[in-house]
Amino acid sequence: MTKNSVDIVVIGGSAGSIPVICELIEALSSPFDFAVVVVIHRSKNVISEMEQILAVKRKEIMVKEPDDKEPIQKNCVYLAPQNYHLLIEETHSFCLDYSEPVSYSRPSIDVTFESIAEIYTEKAVAILLSGANGDGSHGMAEIIARGGIGIVQEPSTAEYPVMPQLSLDANAAAKAWTPAQISAYIHTLNV
Amino acid sequence: MDSQTQLTAEELNEIIQLIYTQHGYDFSDYARSSLLRRVARCMAIAEFKTSYELKYNLINDKSFFAWFLETLTVNVTEMFRDPIFYKELREKVIPTLASYPIIKVWHAGCATGEEVYSMAILLQEAGLLSRTKMYATDLNPVNLERARQGIIPLKLIKEYTTNYIKSGGTNDFSAYYTAQYDNAIIHKQYREGVVFARHNLAVDQVFNEFQLICCRNVMIYFNQELQNRAVHLFHDSLSPLGYLAIGIKESLLFTDIKEQFEAISPLARIYRRKK
Repeated sequence: MTKNSVDIVVIGGSAGSIPVICELIEALSSPFDFAVVVVIHRSKNVISEMEQILAVKRKEIMVKEPDDKEPIQKNCVYLAPQNYHLLIEETHSFCLDYSEPVSYSRPSIDVTFESIAEIYTEKAVAILLSGANGDGSHGMAEIIARGGIGIVQEPSTAEYPVMPQLSLDANAAAKAWTPAQISAYIHTLNV
Repeated sequence: MDSQTQLTAEELNEIIQLIYTQHGYDFSDYARSSLLRRVARCMAIAEFKTSYELKYNLINDKSFFAWFLETLTVNVTEMFRDPIFYKELREKVIPTLASYPIIKVWHAGCATGEEVYSMAILLQEAGLLSRTKMYATDLNPVNLERARQGIIPLKLIKEYTTNYIKSGGTNDFSAYYTAQYDNAIIHKQYREGVVFARHNLAVDQVFNEFQLICCRNVMIYFNQELQNRAVHLFHDSLSPLGYLAIGIKESLLFTDIKEQFEAISPLARIYRRKK
């Protein structure tokens, strides 16, 4: 893979993924030449401080929940808002969707992975972390089928191995990496 | 959802065109990413393998379109959805509405009416319901019929009660409905003041003047052009200093008419039309 070939990195995580997500955000070299989208399963109808939790260590990295139709910019970390699916429009802006939960989840990791695969094709990297259900597996297949890079947290390193394991079972081409390996990879993305 | 159903952008365009010419509904300025998912979902439920089957049924089966329209549009809603929004409404908007002798409220894209009844409850608690006229519109006639009935599955009441309390409600929520078997029906006094009518934000015009317009999580399904159209329509439908409430993750920032509004609750996305 050559320099500048990645336009977007999308990270999906559920139970047990937050420490790893923080580690990956820490690993970004700043400024970074692509956008990062984080999809985490979490509660709805409550005030969430997830933006602050993820932003706590690297003050220069902006973590934000995008509004509907917000243009996607590089050097930004976007967090999928609670209680919506997060999609990408052809114009490279975000599009929120309040339709039924998928795999009991809204935001659904599959939905965002699939949408990013459609728009960003081989310029997308998808990373699936710890979790306790089957979300993300189909979206991972779409990312890989469109020429993107699929990375799954090595299940033995995950607090909840079900989600990464199901994704690996379904996607032979996905790389099974430890958090340290994923961090190292992210760090090299635009160096 | 069976996400195996694949549909190309070109096939989607053909379907949009067909729906318009055969049935008169214009989806051409809907956001493509969500529309693609919705059409694929309809095809998966109908067990269509190809877009040809969908087109065949859209042309030849009249009853199919009613089902398709209902399944295509997103009708998911909740009572007191985003409690923080209702809290802000209670504290910042409702008290100022009291200055009008007759209050007119428009819910644009009301789906099955849960937010309409939430608003009715707020107005009742402020002593304003009897002088409020509420208009609730949707493009989907099936939604309007359901909304008119005001029937809620009992299994959802617990969540709605929690939302109600988080919104600052202090009454016993069960005072607003009667439960029977598996359902709850909203009391008549909250239903009878509401006019339910068809209105399509993509093509229809201004029909009245309002002090408050709620259009929450409807414009997310539109592209930027159609969002502009809808917000212009709302602007022209508001009295000076009237309020516009949109979804908590929606923004007027990307529309071409943002200068005409002032944010009075940036958190809850409540705006006020400038004079």
